[in-house]
Amino acid sequence: MRKRWWKILAVVMVASTIIGGLLGPVPVLPILNETIRNVYFHVPMWFTMMVLYLISLIYSIKYLNSGKREYDFMAVEAVNTGIIFCACGLMTGMLWANITWGTPWTNDPQLNGAAIATLMYLAYLVLRNALEEEQKRAKISAIYNIFAFPIMIVLIYILPKMNDSLHPGSGGNSTFGDLDMDNYMRPVFYTAVIGWILIGCWIASLRYRIRLIEDKRNSF
Amino acid sequence: MNLLAQVKTLIYKDVVLEWRSKYAINSILLYVVSTVFVCYQSFKSVDTIVWNTLFWIILLFAAINAMSRSFVQETGHRHLYYYSIVSPKAIILAKIIYNSVLMVLLSTTAFIIYNLIFKSQAENLGIYCLAIFLGSISFATVFTMVAAISAKAGNNSTIMAILSFPVIIPLLIVLIKLSQNAVNGSSIGDNWADIAVLLAINIVTIAISLLLFPYLWRD
Repeated sequence: MRKRWWKILAVVMVASTIIGGLLGPVPVLPILNETIRNVYFHVPMWFTMMVLYLISLIYSIKYLNSGKREYDFMAVEAVNTGIIFCACGLMTGMLWANITWGTPWTNDPQLNGAAIATLMYLAYLVLRNALEEEQKRAKISAIYNIFAFPIMIVLIYILPKMNDSLHPGSGGNSTFGDLDMDNYMRPVFYTAVIGWILIGCWIASLRYRIRLIEDKRNSF
Repeated sequence: MNLLAQVKTLIYKDVVLEWRSKYAINSILLYVVSTVFVCYQSFKSVDTIVWNTLFWIILLFAAINAMSRSFVQETGHRHLYYYSIVSPKAIILAKIIYNSVLMVLLSTTAFIIYNLIFKSQAENLGIYCLAIFLGSISFATVFTMVAAISAKAGNNSTIMAILSFPVIIPLLIVLIKLSQNAVNGSSIGDNWADIAVLLAINIVTIAISLLLFPYLWRD
C-alpha cells in the first residue's frame, strides 16, 4: 500500500477530470465554444511528455556518470512513453485545430516545433537500433539525448514565442490560463495535469520493469 | 602543453592535412558550384523567398558533406595516439574551430558564386553576410558533435542525416528568418533577438560538446 498510493491517486485524478471536464460548466466563448474542454486533455499531454523527457535526460546524465545499465533502461523507456504522449498531444491538438482554426495542421511554429522535436526523439531510437554493442549503444545514445535536449527546449519554448503564431501561449498570444479559464476550470485543469503526469510515470516505470525482467531472462 | 597550445597544434595539423590532399575543399567547392548551376538550370529566375531559401538548402547539404568526414578521415589508431597525448577537450575544440573556419570559407565562396549566377536580391548585404557568418559557425558547431557521434556509430551517412536534421532545423529557421529580413532590407536594430538566439544556441552547443566529448571518445 505504501508504494501504491500514487497510482490510485493518478487514476482517481484522471477519472475525476474526465467526469468534471466533460460535465462541468465552462465559460461561453466565441469560436472556442465547448471545445475549451480539450484544454483538460491536450495540455496535460505535453506537460507529461516534457516531464518524461526530463526524466530521460536525468537518467542519461546518471548513466554517463555511473555506467549502470538500469539507468540506460530508464532513459529509453521514458523516451518511449514520452513519444506516446507526444502522439496523443498531437492528435488532440489536431482535433482541436480542425474545429477552431478550420484545419488540422497549419504552418505554425509551435506545431512544427513539436513535430520536429518528435523527429529528434525518433532519431534517438533509430540511433539505438543502429548500434549493436550494448555498452556503446547506451553511452552514445545517452550523449545524443543530452545533446538534443537544449535544442528541443529552444524549438518548443523559445522559437514559437518569437514568431507569429495562432497557438495560445506563443507569438505574443496569451495563454489560456490568463484569459479564458474561470475559477471552476482552474482546479480541474491542475488536477488533470498532475494526474496525467503520474500516469505517464507509472507507464514508464512499468515498461522499465518489463525491460528489467526481459534483460534478466536474456542473460541466462 | 596547456589546452590552448594543444588546440593550436591540432588545428595546424588539420590545416596541413587538408593542404596536402586538398580533397575536402575541392570536392565541396565543386559540389556547391554544380548544385548552384543545376538549380539555375531548373529555376531560371526566382523570387526573393526562393532565392534565400535555396541558398540555405544548398549550404546545408554542403555543410553536412563537409563535416561528416571530420572524424573518419584519420584511422582509429591515430586517434588513439592523439587521445594519449592531448586532452579530449582540445580535440573537440580544435575540430570545432577548424570546421568553423572551413565553413566560413566555403559559404563565402558559395555566396559569391550564387550571386554571380543568380542575381543578388539582398537589400541589406551587411546583415546577409552576418547571417552567413553566424550560420557557418552554427553549422560547424552542431555538425562537428553530430559527426563525432555518428563516427562512433559506424559512420553511416543515413545516421548522420537522421541525427543532424532535427537538431539543425531550429537554427535553420532562425537563419532563414534573419536572412529574409536582410533581403527585405531591415536594419540591424530590428534583428537583435534573432542574432541573440543564434549566439546563445552556439554557446550552449559548444559548452555541451566540451562536456560530452570526453565521454564519447573513451571506448
